[in-house]
Parts: sequence; structure tokens; C-alpha cells
Amino acid sequence: MTDISKNAGSTNAPGTAVGEPVLGRPAGGGEAFLDVRDLKVHFPTDDGLVKSVDGLSFQLERGKTLGIVGESGSGKSVTSLGIMGLHTAGQYGKRKARISGEIWLNGTELLSADPDHVRKLRGRDMAMIFQDPLSALHPYYTIGQQIVEAYRIHHDVDKKTAKRRAVEMLDRVGIPQPDKRVDSYPHEFSGGMRQRAMIAMSLVNNPELLIADEPTTALDVTVQAQILDLIRDLQKEFGSAVIVITHDLGVVAELADDILVMYGGRCVERGPAEKVFYEPRHPYTWGLLGSMPRLDREQQERLVPVKGSPPSLINLPSGCAFNPRCPYADIPKDDVTRTVRPELTEVGSRHWAACHMSQEQRERIWTEEIAPKL
Amino acid sequence: MSENRENRTGPVGSGETADGEILLKVTGLQKHFPIRSGLLKRQTGAVRAVDGLDFEVRRGETLGVVGESGCGKSTMGRLITRLLEPTGGTVEFEGKDITHLGVGGMRPLRRDVQMIFQDPYSSLNPRHTIGTIVGAPFKLQGVTPEGGVKKEVQRLLEVVGLNPEHYNRYPHEFSGGQRQRIGIARALALKPKLVVADEPVSALDVSIQAQVVNLLDDLQQELGLTYVIIAHDLSVVRHVSDRIAVMYLGKIVELADRNSLYRSPMHPYTKALMSAVPIPDPSRKSAKSERILLQGDVPSPIAPPSGCRFHTRCWKATEVCRTTEPPLLELRPGQRVACHHPENFEDQAPQDTVLLSGAKEAAELVPDAVLEESTSAAVVAERESGTEPGQDEGPDADPDEGSEGSAGGSEGSGEGSGEAVTKE
Repeated sequence: MTDISKNAGSTNAPGTAVGEPVLGRPAGGGEAFLDVRDLKVHFPTDDGLVKSVDGLSFQLERGKTLGIVGESGSGKSVTSLGIMGLHTAGQYGKRKARISGEIWLNGTELLSADPDHVRKLRGRDMAMIFQDPLSALHPYYTIGQQIVEAYRIHHDVDKKTAKRRAVEMLDRVGIPQPDKRVDSYPHEFSGGMRQRAMIAMSLVNNPELLIADEPTTALDVTVQAQILDLIRDLQKEFGSAVIVITHDLGVVAELADDILVMYGGRCVERGPAEKVFYEPRHPYTWGLLGSMPRLDREQQERLVPVKGSPPSLINLPSGCAFNPRCPYADIPKDDVTRTVRPELTEVGSRHWAACHMSQEQRERIWTEEIAPKL
Repeated sequence: MSENRENRTGPVGSGETADGEILLKVTGLQKHFPIRSGLLKRQTGAVRAVDGLDFEVRRGETLGVVGESGCGKSTMGRLITRLLEPTGGTVEFEGKDITHLGVGGMRPLRRDVQMIFQDPYSSLNPRHTIGTIVGAPFKLQGVTPEGGVKKEVQRLLEVVGLNPEHYNRYPHEFSGGQRQRIGIARALALKPKLVVADEPVSALDVSIQAQVVNLLDDLQQELGLTYVIIAHDLSVVRHVSDRIAVMYLGKIVELADRNSLYRSPMHPYTKALMSAVPIPDPSRKSAKSERILLQGDVPSPIAPPSGCRFHTRCWKATEVCRTTEPPLLELRPGQRVACHHPENFEDQAPQDTVLLSGAKEAAELVPDAVLEESTSAAVVAERESGTEPGQDEGPDADPDEGSEGSAGGSEGSGEGSGEAVTKE
């Protein structure tokens, strides 16, 4: 599998016009703030190679939000950990994850960069909000100590200044009596407050890239609404680029400017949120939309689920990974869905989908068959 | 839409419509978990998980129960299946009081009342095959189904959409959605009358969730089941339920048929809960104003607030809310609400015109549109008195917005009390 890393340098992601990656190119200058190209994260296991992420590319600008949606095991979280550089640090079954591709953050390529350099960026330029705040916060240290540590690693200040900064951040994320609560332990906080504390910790260094991995899944709806509002307000205030990873299409619709739909470790559809919701061009996206009971519509008679279950990442179906579950797999000729892996093709402005059906076929199926049932 | 649904569930039994006979009746149900501390482990307090529930479940219907975590909905499920011993109140199943039946006394009833659990990973014994798991109810009840246990289990597996040949496989060989189907097959084995499903789909992926929801729906039609479905996801609950109970801190605050509840919720908490659900429609991204944000968290059930338990977070709370607990009254046919100042209905305590200070804080988080619709005398009074200083503020506040707000506010007071019902 060493050839992956060798090839990675020369394979270019669809949609990027650059021929050869320019090392150390200047920041900004029309290039995206975050540019992920052909990212692959593979884990060797006893049962075979798990291709959790297999050729993912996307760009994200400052101040914008990208929503990554997909089912469990589609590679959403692995992608985010890959960007943060957290795979190589840890080990999986005593064997390291195999990562290839390019991740450009503000002009720096992270995968080939010196780990010490990435460590400096992590927490300062890019930060992460995890799904379960109780396991992401250390139970032995107070909330304040943890925020102070995160701040002092990147700033040369004394403890007092850092603590003042921690109180300020707790206040900003809406924790009542922050000067008292800064000395509380995580178990003394409720679920929503812990998530707020974690947001405070990740934002303490004003990161330019914030990755929120299922930030509200563990929370009740009323608390979820508070946290979503908070993330949105903070983004406006700090102008960060945000990646929201979730399985809840409602959450993505609330936050995201762009949406990336993942299936079996690959991107099946990517585009502006409005396009993906109103003119989706991939049967899997249709399936997701049809599976969801909606509060804003009159009662649907029946949900339209995707049949079958998500594929195994060790043994992905050949051709289009979605073909065993796709009701339209037989439409393209010559059994092409089962033999050829579809590439992402442009189906509209800034809107890509990976499907063998022709544009017209998909447009017709969406408007005639799918959309009326939603 | 509702007629369609009744038609679908109608032919299930003989004349079992939504107004059918009462299968389960719960009166004043309580469960207090003792807190013991000190050397002698004396009881020093109690978690009042469920604190006085009254409702009934009719044959053939689906009752949905929603609420935030810690509101006692799962405890309620375990009380009506008698997996927990109630502290007070009564549970009647088919007219028979089952509140304090012992293990032996419950055994014949276990056939009629079954449960589907939330976590398909921990609710199946990993050392037993699927055949053993789904066949266990027959063994426990000493029932021999026609054609033998194995044949019946295979039939059940087929009913829930699994391959009957997987009889000899173990739970780890199945995915989450398939395991949930196994749990459903086990619950259906003895042809129960009532199935209590505690968060049956929340551990599943969206696409699988829809499969299981549809399966539950089909089974209800085919077998004439009665469901109590406990869930925190309001969209799922609306999809599956005929009637919905909203719980808050161990109490039912609103109990109504699905359409009334979603079209014109009467309890402020129901309204807030529904407005908090993220809508999968990006064009609404800017329409943030519709959302009601509740301040803080749910109070502790160890020492719940006095009077109305929601008064600490409610934007309409007045003195009476703090002192007197509102009873669960049928204010509109089929819609029971426990609130002194219900939404979309005339104020139950109009003489109370002074908002609590907590309510004033809460009102700051509530969008103006919601306050304008408000029918509470206290809110109207507060807004009217509040508009004058608002106009004086001039430079700071947007002048247009201020005047609009006050106009809307007085309008609300005019038509609010009388026509609020028809307004929605």
C-alpha cells in the first residue's frame, strides 16, 4: 500500500485547476483557506484494509461553514481527525493509519509538514469541538485549568492573565457566573454547559479553522438550539472557517453554506446548501431527504427509506459504492454502476455529484418521483 | 391526513378507532427514587422522576411521549411495563389494577405488555443465538406455538424483514438496524396487546431509522398493536403517534392529538420545544427569529420548582405560577394542558398581571413575534408598559422595530383573548 503515498503527489483532485502542487505558496491570493485534495485515510486491520476515507477533496473559505453529512462509518469523523493531524499521532491496533493526499491550511501543507509545526498549529489555528464533552474534558482538572493550559501552550503569558482569559471566554459562551464556574470540575456542569465549556476551550486561541464533530448530538433539542446559535454567533464574531460534521440534516441546514455528502468514504455530492437540499443530484442524497420525518411539512404518509444497510469499508461494492442500495442502479447501460466507480462531475455551478445517470435522467427522477413525496 | 391514518389503523380490529376502549389507564402515577447518604444510609431526599401522571392509552392507537432527558419519560415506560415498582398511583391494564402485582402475578400479563429497548447492542445477549433470543418468550411463558418454536421464530424474523436462515447467528453478526429488528421480533413473539418502545430508533442512522419507523407502522396495521412510543425526537414522534404527551420534570404538561399539538401548541414549553427543532430547509437559516430559546437547563428533579415546574424558564410566568400548580385540564376537546397562561387560548389566570423577574429574563430570549402572539395578561401588560421607555431609548434601539413591536403588542391584547383559538 506504499504506492498510495507515492501516487498522491501527482493525482489531482477533480475541480482543482492546479497542475503540480506548489510547495510553500503564499497564503490567500485566490486560493482557498482550507484546501483538501484527494485525502485518503486507510487503516490496516487483521480483516483487511479499512478505507475510511478514500479520495476526498474540498475547499473552504474563511467565514464560511461546510457541513459534512453521512451515516455512521461514512468517514466523516476520520476526515476531521485527519485534518487535525490526529491520526498519525495515535496508533490503531499498533499499526498506524495510512494517510495520503494534501491538506493545505492557509498556505501550509499539513501532511508533509514537520509534526512539531503541526502541533503548533493545532489548537491555535485549527481547533475541534468533540461530540461527547464528558469524555473530551479531563475529569481530574477544573474547567479553568484546562482552558488555561490550552491558552498557555500557544501564548507566553502568566497563569493569572490566562485565567482572566478563561473567565472571559466562559462568559462569552454564556456560562453564568464565569468567575466562579471557572474553578468547577466537568462533572459539576450539565451536558449543555460542558459543551459550552468545550467551545470556550477550542476558541480560546481564536482559531481560524474550527471543526465541530457532531457538536449537538448528545444534547437535548432546547440545548441544541442554544449551542447552534452560539456557534453561529461566534463564527460571525471571529470570522473562522467552520466544518460541521453531523448526521442531522436539520443541523446542517441551519449552519452550513456548503454541504458535502459522504458515502462509503467518498464524497457523493457537494454543493451550496440550497442546491443540495432543493436540487440534489445523487440518489443517496434523495434517500437521506426521504428518510427524515419533517416538522415543517404536513404529515407525510410514509417515509421513503434507503433500503439495505451501509457498506463495509473493507469490502466496498465494486463500481458505485451505493449501487446495492440504489433503486435506480439499473438505469445506466452496460451494468456500468457495478463496474465503474463514478467520478464527481459538475452538475451546476459549484455543485458536483458522482452518479452514472445522465443529468437529464436525474433531474427528471428528482422532480417527478422524489420531490413530490418529500 | 388524520382521517387517512384512522382509516389505515381502523380495519385492524372490530370497531377499534381512535376513540376505542381504554387499554391502559394510569392515575396519579409516581416514582420517587430515594437518595440515601450517611453511615446509616438514611433517606435524605428523593429524585422525583415521575410525579403524578394521568393518562390513558386506547386500543389500537399510538401514544407518543416526548420530553428532554431527565423528564421521566423512560421511568414512565418502565413503570407501565412494571419493570419498576411505582411509589404511588395506579396502573390499570384492561381494567385490572396491576400497580403492585408481584413477579408471579405479572407473569401472565407479560404476554400482553412487551417492551422494545433503545440500545440494540446492550439489549441482546451476545452469547445467545438469534433463535434463542427470539424464542425465549415462548420458553418463559411455557407456550408452544403452532408448528414449533423454531418455525414460529423464523416466521417472526421474516415478519420484521430478516432472513429466517439467520436463526443460528449471533447478535454481533448483525448491524444496528438489524438488531433493532431482532428486538422487535422478540417483543412481538407472544402477540402482545401493548408494546412500549423506549427510544426505538434514536440509536440508528437516519436511513435505517426510517426503515424501522415504517416497520413499526406496518406491524401496527397488520397485528392491531397499541404502542406507547417514548422518544426525544419530535419529528419522529409526530410521524408515528396519534396522540402525544409532552413531559417536563416528571409531569405531563400537555396531552393532545397530534395535529392539535403541532398546529397550535398550548403549553409554552411545548411551543419552545417545537421551535427548537432544526428544520432541514436552508432557506430558513435567516429566519432565526422564530426560535424560542429557553434559558439555562432543566432544574433538578430532586428539588423541583414550586407551583408550575416550568415557571423558572417560562417567559409568561406570574406569581400564580410560582405558588399554584396548574392542573392538567381539557381546555379544548382532546387537548389537555397544565398551564395558567396557555398559548393560543384564553388566559386561565388573567388577574395575575405581574411577571416574575425570571420571566422577564426569559422573555429577552424569546423572539418578539412570539411575545406578540402571547395571550397572557401579564405579558401584554408588561409589553404595554415596556413600550414607552422603549420609544424613549430612541438612538440605541431601532426606531422602526420599536414602534412595530408596540403596535403588534396592543393588537395582540385586543384579539388575543378572544380569537386566539381561531388564529392559528
